[in-house]
This record gives sequence, C-alpha cells and structure tokens, in this order.
Amino acid sequence: MPETTTPTTGPQQLVIVGGGMVARRLVDALRARDDAGRWAVTLLCEEPRAPYDRVALTSYFTGRHPEDLALGGQELWDDPLVTLRRGVRAENIDRDARTVTTSTGQVLPYDSLVLATGSYAAVPPVPGKDLRGAFVYRTIDDVADLREFVETRREELDRPVRGAVVGGGLLGLEAAGALRALEVETTVVEFAPRLMPLQVDEGGGEGLKRLIEGLGVSVRTSTATSKIVGERGAVSRMRFSDGPSLDVDVVVFAVGVRPRDELAREAGLEIGERGGVVVDDACATADPAIHAIGEVACIGGRCLGLVAPGYTMAEIVADRLLGGAGTFPGADLSTKLKLLGVDVASFGDAFAQEPGSLEVVISDPVAGVYKKLVMSDDARTLRGGILVGDASAYSSLRPMVGRELGGDPAAYLLPEGAAAAPAGDLPDEAAVCSCNNVTAGEIRCAVGEGGCTDLAGVKACTLAGTSCGSCLPLVKKLVTSELAAAGVEVSSALCEHFEQSRAQLFDIVRVQGLRTFSEIIERHGTGRGCDICKPVIGSILASLGTGHILDGEQATLQDTNDHVMANLQKDGSYSVVPRIPGGEVTPEGLIAIGEVAREFGLYTKITGGQRIDLFGARMDQLPGIWRRLVDAGFESGHAYGKSLRTVKSCVGSTWCRFGVQDSVGLAIDLELRYRGLRSPHKIKLGVSGCARECAEARGKDVGIIATDKGWNLYVGGNGGFTPKHARLLAEDLDTETLVRTIDRFLMYYVRTADRLQRTAPWVEEHEGGLDAIRAVVMDDSLGIADDLDAAMAAHVGNYRDEWAATLADPDKLARFASFVNAPDAVDDSLAYVGERGQARPATPQERSDASVLIAGTTLEVRS
Amino acid sequence: MTTAPPQTRVRLCALTDLVPERGAVALVDGLQVALVRTHDDVVHGIDNLDPYSGAHVIARGLVGTRGGVPTVISPMYKQVWDLRTGACLDGAGSDPVDLRTWPVAVVDGEVWIEPSSDEVTGSPFDRGVT
Ligand code: SRM
Ligand SMILES: Cc1cc2nc3c(=O)[nH]c(=O)nc-3n(C[C@H](O)[C@H](O)[C@H](O)COP(=O)(O)OP(=O)(O)OC[C@H]3O[C@@H](n4cnc5c(N)ncnc54)[C@H](O)[C@@H]3O)c2cc1C
Ligand code: SF4
Ligand code: FES
Repeated sequence: MPETTTPTTGPQQLVIVGGGMVARRLVDALRARDDAGRWAVTLLCEEPRAPYDRVALTSYFTGRHPEDLALGGQELWDDPLVTLRRGVRAENIDRDARTVTTSTGQVLPYDSLVLATGSYAAVPPVPGKDLRGAFVYRTIDDVADLREFVETRREELDRPVRGAVVGGGLLGLEAAGALRALEVETTVVEFAPRLMPLQVDEGGGEGLKRLIEGLGVSVRTSTATSKIVGERGAVSRMRFSDGPSLDVDVVVFAVGVRPRDELAREAGLEIGERGGVVVDDACATADPAIHAIGEVACIGGRCLGLVAPGYTMAEIVADRLLGGAGTFPGADLSTKLKLLGVDVASFGDAFAQEPGSLEVVISDPVAGVYKKLVMSDDARTLRGGILVGDASAYSSLRPMVGRELGGDPAAYLLPEGAAAAPAGDLPDEAAVCSCNNVTAGEIRCAVGEGGCTDLAGVKACTLAGTSCGSCLPLVKKLVTSELAAAGVEVSSALCEHFEQSRAQLFDIVRVQGLRTFSEIIERHGTGRGCDICKPVIGSILASLGTGHILDGEQATLQDTNDHVMANLQKDGSYSVVPRIPGGEVTPEGLIAIGEVAREFGLYTKITGGQRIDLFGARMDQLPGIWRRLVDAGFESGHAYGKSLRTVKSCVGSTWCRFGVQDSVGLAIDLELRYRGLRSPHKIKLGVSGCARECAEARGKDVGIIATDKGWNLYVGGNGGFTPKHARLLAEDLDTETLVRTIDRFLMYYVRTADRLQRTAPWVEEHEGGLDAIRAVVMDDSLGIADDLDAAMAAHVGNYRDEWAATLADPDKLARFASFVNAPDAVDDSLAYVGERGQARPATPQERSDASVLIAGTTLEVRS
Repeated sequence: MTTAPPQTRVRLCALTDLVPERGAVALVDGLQVALVRTHDDVVHGIDNLDPYSGAHVIARGLVGTRGGVPTVISPMYKQVWDLRTGACLDGAGSDPVDLRTWPVAVVDGEVWIEPSSDEVTGSPFDRGVT
C-alpha cells in the first residue's frame, strides 16, 4: 500500500534558469546559509561559461581575459550540492509537472524554480540593424566579437576604424569607452537632449558632454537614427532624421534592455506592462513554486536594471527557501561610474521631484566639474544629488540621503568637504555598500563582534566593497573609526617609535639622504626601535643600495635571519638555501650541495621553490658551509630576506613539445636581475612556457606566461594565507618591454607598499587599483618612470653576493662565534635523532632519554 | 687607581667584543647567558634560553626600547623582555614568562658577571617551560 506522505530523504531540487550575476548570488547565499543541505541546486546557463561580472565587461578591452571577470572562486561549483550546466538553455516550463525542459532535451524536476534570465540588449527597429558590423553590448561573446570585427576591419580598410554608439546612457558611454580602447574614432548618438538622461539633469549632462568631447569622442544629442546603410553587407553609413549623415564601419546599440520573460509568458505567468515577470515583495510569482529575481523580475511595477537590487532579491529568495520571511525593501538606484575615465554619480532624488526641494549647484566648466545637491526646503536634509567630473564625495553623501547634513551643504561639494564628510555619526541603518546591501551597522558589527581587524577582513566577511568598489573609501573610514573606538591602534604609524607609515619613511629616507638608523630615529622617531621598525628601516636602507646589510649600524637592524643570512629553525639551528636560478642546476652543482650536506650532517629537502634547503646548521657552522658553497659557485638564495625569493620556471620551449618561449632562460635572467632586491615583503616570480602554466606563474607576485607573440604579464598573485591569482597587467610584450615593466612594477611596490604587504593587497589598496598601477608603469602617469628605471638599474649594477662579501670580512665573520668568552666551544644544547636516514631535532622526551640522541649535527646518521 | 673586582666575579670579555644593540652569548658555569650591550654602553646579562621555544636564542634577538625601557625581543616568537629586570613585557599572545637576569658590570672596558650560586644550578630546561 502506498504511503500517503513521502518522507523527504534527500535534499529538495532547486532549478535556477539563467547563469547571470544575480543567479550566482543566489547560489552563493543559499550555500552559505543552508547548513543542513536542504536544497540541491541546478543552474542552467545559456552562455558557455560560469556566471561572470557583467558590470566589469568593459575591462575586457583593457587587456583582461574572460577568466578575470570570474565572480568568486571555483569552490562554489565544486560543491556537491551545486550543479552548473554551461551552454544549456531552459526551453520550456511545465508548471503542473514541475519540470523544466532543457535545450539538450533533458527534463529536470523541480521543487522550486527561480527565473534569473536577465535581459536582452534592446535593438531599435531601424533598417540595417542586422548588417555585419552592428553589435549589441551585453555578453562576453558580444564584446569578443566586436573586438575581433574591429581588428579585422582595420586591416581590411587599412585606416582607422570609425564607429558610432547608439544610446548615450550608462551603457552607451561604456560602449564608447570600449570602442575608444579599440582605437575606433567614436561618435555617441543620443535621442534625448542630453547624455545619461536617466541619471543626470541638464546641467550634469552638459558637463558630461564637454568632458567626453574633451576625450575625443564626438557627441550628438537630440538625434534619432533613421537608417543604417550597408555596403557589401557591412555597415558603412548612418542616416538621421535630421542633420548630416555619418560614415561608420561599426555600430553598437546600447539603447536599453528588454526583460527575457519569454519562458514565463509561455508558462502563463503574469507579465508586467513593459515586460518582466511580475513578483510580489518576496520575489514570488502567483505560482508558489516559482520565483523571479534580477533584471527579469517586475517588482513594485518595474524592472530594475542594476545589479544591487538583483542581489537583494537573491538574498530574499535564499532566505525564503530556508523558511525566512525577507521582503524587498525597495531599490536604491544610485549609481557611481567611471565612464571613459570621467566620474559620474547620481543618487537619491537626483531630479528634485519631491515638492519643495532646494538645489545647491556648483558648476565649473573650466575644470569640467558639475555638482548638485538636492536638499529639503529648510536646506538641512539631503535628498539626492548629481556629481559629474569629481564624484569623490559620493560614498560619503549617498548614505546621508534622508538625513540632516549639518552645516552648509555647499561645503560638501568642495574637494575638502568630501574629505571631511561624515563617517562616525552615520546611523547604523544607513546603507554603505549598495551593491551588496551592507549597512554601517553591519560593518561596525564585523569589526566589533566579528573580530575583523582590517579592511580586507571586513570586505571578506560582509562583502562590502567587493563589487563596484565605490563605497570603499567610506567602508575604510568606518573600519578605522570603529577600530579606533575599540582602542585598536589604527594610525598608519609603523610602531611606537615612528608615526610615519613605511611608504612615508621610504620617501623621507630617500629624499633626505639619511643613511643610518640613529640619524633617522633621532630626526623622525623616538627611542631606540623594536622588531617592527628596525627591520623596516634596514630594508629601506638596503633597497636604497646602502651597501652590505651587515655594514656598520645596519647590522643591528636585522632580525636573526638577515643577521646570519640563514633561516632560524625551531631549535635555534638554521637552514641554508643556495640560489638555484630558475630551478636549473648542473649535476656538479647537485653533487657539491650533496657533499656539503653530508659533511655538515644537514637534513636535506627540496623546497616548494625549486631549490634545495639544508637544515640543522649551527650558527658557527654557517661560514664554513658557505665557504664550500661559494667555492662551488653558489650564492645566497635570500631565503631569509624580505626580498626576491625564487623565479619558478617550467622547462619551456627548450624541451617541452608545447613550449612557445624559453621560460627557463627568462626565469634565470629575471632571478639574476632582481636577486637581493629588498622589499616590503618577499617577492616571488614565475615563468611558464605556454598557457598550460606548469610554473604556476599566476600564483606569484609577478607571473609571466609565454604566448606566440611574446609574454603576458600578470601581477599580484600569491599562495600562503590568502591565495590570490595574479591579474593581467599587459599582453604580448616583447622581452625588453616586459623587463622594463617588471622593473617599474617592483620598484614602485618597494617604494610605496606597507610593511609586510605583499603585492596583491598593495594593488588592491592602491588608489585606482590595477588600472592606476598599469598607468604608472606603462604610461608613466606619475612621471616617475625614469626614476624607477634608474633605481632598478642601480640595484642591478650594485648587486654583490652577501655571503661572498661576508666571507671576505673578518669583522663580519666574528659574529658567528657561539660564545664570546669561549670562541671554540660548541653549543651542545642542540640534539638530534635519525629519521629516514637523516637528522632531525630531538623532541623534549627524546632529549631526556639520552640514548636516542645522535648529538651534534656533525655526527653521521645511522639509520 | 683601579679597584680590582671582587673574586666571585668572572671576566667574560672586553666591551669592544660586544656590538652595540646586539647580543652575544657567554658560557657561565655551563649555562648560556645573553650579554646585551645597549646604545648607551650598558651591558645587561639575561637568560639565553627562550622559555617559549626551548631554544637558546635570546642573544640573537633585536634590541630596542619599549616606552623608554631597554628591551630584547625573542627572534623566535617575538616576546619582549625588560633587559634590566627580565620582566616579560609582552607575551606575544601567550602568558608572560620572565627571564632571569645577572649582575653584569663594565669595569675599565672589561665585562664582568657575578653568577649567584643558587640561581645557576640545574639545567634551565628543568624549569618546565617550553
Ligand atoms: C622551505 C619552504 C618549505 C619547503 O620545504 O618547501 C618554506 C619554508 C618557510 N616558509 Fe614558506 N616556504 C617555502 C615555500 C613557500 C611557498 C611556495 C612557493 O614559493 O612556491 C609559499 C606559497 C607561495 C607564496 O609565498 O605566495 C610559501 C608561503 C609562506 C608564507 C605565507 C606568505 C603569504 O603571503 O601569506 C610564509 C609566512 C610569511 O612569509 O610571512 C612563509 C614562511 C616560511 C618560513 C620562512 C617560516 C619561518 O619564518 O620559519 C619557513 C622557513 C624557511 C626555512 O628555510 O627555514 N611561507 N612558502 C619553501 C622554501 C621555498 C624556497 O626555495 O625559497
Ligand atoms: C556593459 C554593462 C555595464 C553595466 N554596468 C553596471 C553598473 O555599473 N552597475 C550596475 O548596477 N549594473 C550595471 N550593469 C547591469 C548589470 O550587469 C545587470 O543589472 C545584471 O547583470 C543583471 O543580472 P541578472 O543575473 O539579472 O541578469 P544577467 O546578468 O543578464 O544574466 C542572465 C543570464 O541568463 C541567461 N539566460 C537567459 N535566458 C535563459 C534560459 N532560458 N536558459 C538559460 N539561461 C538563460 C543569459 O544568457 C544570461 O547569461 C551593466 C551591464 C552591462 C551590460
Ligand atoms: S607551511 Fe608552515 S610549516 Fe610548512 S614550511 Fe611553511 S611555514 Fe613552515
Ligand atoms: S557600493 Fe558597489 S561595492 Fe559597495
């Protein structure tokens, strides 16, 4: 007899249609909260790739690879409760049977279905819209096709390509930026009387137009496109309802979006007046098993074309699926963008639609700045605003919408006003990060109860600042003031002895030419230093090329590793790592290392950095060990220094059947170039001979991957505590440009990073991020390139092996004696036992049971 | 006229054998004593055994000040001690464990130590801290 209630044994089935940003957020949110594994998720993505960052689509043109647009890590897709189906479209929904039919013919049952199909890019019905050379701007494939077309066309025509963007809104200006990046002569054609009609008012539109024309993009407003004329099937000219026609080779439509609601329509669900799947404030349709989220959802009577409200909807549905009662609070349509390098922001009641609003406007056509605040009739409460040309006040002002500003509103529009804008008095419920819906209170809580102690921690735990990044200055301010309130030292002061940060000290020392610690601390600090400032100053002096790290007073700045040029081990002995550039070593070299290890009884291990580590050396043995190594042609590997460690390489084109460049040769050259360069933290490089990436170059601070045309350069990768993949800095460089770019990148990092800050967080926290760093090292945006080049040339020219120099200096050698009153006595506190044929430190128990000891490290091990 | 130091004292080395703001180790009755010369040429004697790691490394630590107090910092796990008293000023996340200090004197450029007999018996390891 069949049972009346089927006990639910396994998880329930959730099918999500559409693999966009909002779908991804739903999967993320659900997996983060569904501890009990109540839902198994299947995600159907029509596009051939996992959800990616559509908002950052345009960065594809500044040299990024599709994978750089990935949202979050692969882990989510490896989750056993998550199934990602790429390149699979949902064709049909059977609401009675609760199944979805896919383009591969599969029928998927669901307990709950979420529509997150986003939008189509709208194409106006103008004749000629289907000609070759007419594009939309929505997916990675769209932009890849656009780029390919422009590049081919340029070669065919043998002249600069001319292009037009239809639509002067947010998307259109993005597309114009993309065309410009492709070196297309660009015109923006807008039907409305001003650019960005939905976000900015007339004054703002005027300012924007001037700025954009100043960048060499033509603008035609109040212009309707009537026809696109073709020649041999390809776009050649545009006609307008009035005004002269325009010769063009490529046209991009960016006139808006249309919700992809066809599945819901066919399934008989209610559709909004202007499209979109109608949902209530729980994102539910009339069918209790079906939700719709993101751009396809018609919520509160309209579809919302921004990612932030979509993310909110995703969170609500995740909550609802787990039995919660979250509702949609209404959308914040504030935007801040950097279009073509021009800051534009609009927030709150930007058009002063609320009755009785006052407007405070500052317009400076010369500087290209237009700013407006919309205030309540008593000029106290902020209602909204528009910022063009300088949007630095955005992150502080937006959360103040609906609150009293305090003081003269105009003051907030001055550059200093932006800096002085509030943070401390921001109410807890004020939304700080609109992309991820994080309030001031949540950030405070992450610092207080959550125990986060820095910006990176707060970002990881609240997600604030992880999307468009426009809120970061405010998030940082909140974190800082919260930490300060909790009594945590958050000034940029290095330590109690110096109020400056490392970067400030670097400048002071460099500019004032100070060369000793005493001078520096007397002039700029207090006391006699500590384990924080001493190594920092030691490193700064070494970076500036002040001679041997053990010369004079500099020796007192080095912690034990740098002081004895070896790595301290748990028992007080040291390890020795000779440099093996690129991991290439001759049989003779290997034998020499082997002999040294055997003679001194050292435990030997291959490191993760493609070289050999010799462990268990007593301090007094180090000079003897190094005498032998130097004689055999080895030099210091700086395994102990905050400096270049290794340049890892794969075997490359010399032997590998897939290699396209000599990765070993380049790795060796780079390792010899940067060896000994003292830096804020250790630096690691990697060179792979082809895209298979066997050298794991993208896990390094600087990673180089060979291409048919040259080298791709990635920066800001690391393993360790917070692993990061390096991001693409430049493509297809020849070797000379590559080396110059790395020179500048490293020198700029050495000069400006914080203490113990690796390249990834440095890039992240650098104002303007990777793009700004690219501008510095490739386009010399700061005018310091010559200086950086000279500094690196000096480093390369002055390099000397620290160990060889030490062996030649009796004063330096004297420091390696075990005892000052018994120079010949050997430290007998070290004790070892044999294991797998080698020595290892004895445990405390083994020490008390003296029979197992093999005593000092020079005794041969009997295994 | 120079006063001869009392017999119980032991001469260890010349002041010039010690590098300012760096430590060195003296063997005193089989025990390791870290000698630390500060920038004002005062020499301090303090345990060389680091109670947190069980390794004899204090003399290799960085020398500095904390709030004006002369300090040495363990090179292993970065605990901080007052060179004058051996008081642990910062346990770096662990409970503070003080170090022993020895009376050290500099007389006519020579460094002397006065081992106190009951304090130096037994292995420092017997103190049961690791
Ligand atoms: C020996 C070695 C492990 C091995 O046997 O393979 C090693 C050993 C140590 N690593 Fe490492 N790391 C070694 C490769 C790595 C790698 C792999 C690599 O380089 O490809 C990584 C991850 C890659 C990276 O750095 O991004 C690595 C990430 C770390 C980290 C974490 C860094 C971070 O950014 O989070 C530390 C801690 C630190 O530097 O603050 C660390 C610190 C250390 C220290 C220095 C810890 C210490 O203070 O005693 C270890 C002592 C080294 C020594 O010789 O006594 N080691 N360490 C490897 C030496 C490679 C070499 O030839 O120089
Ligand atoms: C160039 C550009 C710049 C932008 N800049 C910003 C910005 O600065 N700030 C901002 O807030 N927003 C911006 N947006 C808008 C933002 O990208 C969207 O609001 C957001 O991506 C919407 O997410 P979604 O998941 O709802 O839809 P989408 O990201 O469009 O994802 C929907 C996915 O579903 C797939 N799909 C559709 N139908 C099916 C089906 N039947 N079966 C399977 N799969 C299907 C589609 O192929 C698509 O991949 C920008 C958009 C573009 C194009
Ligand atoms: S992973 Fe940890 S234990 Fe292993 S070598 Fe690195 S620091 Fe030492
Ligand atoms: S507002 Fe976009 S990341 Fe915070």
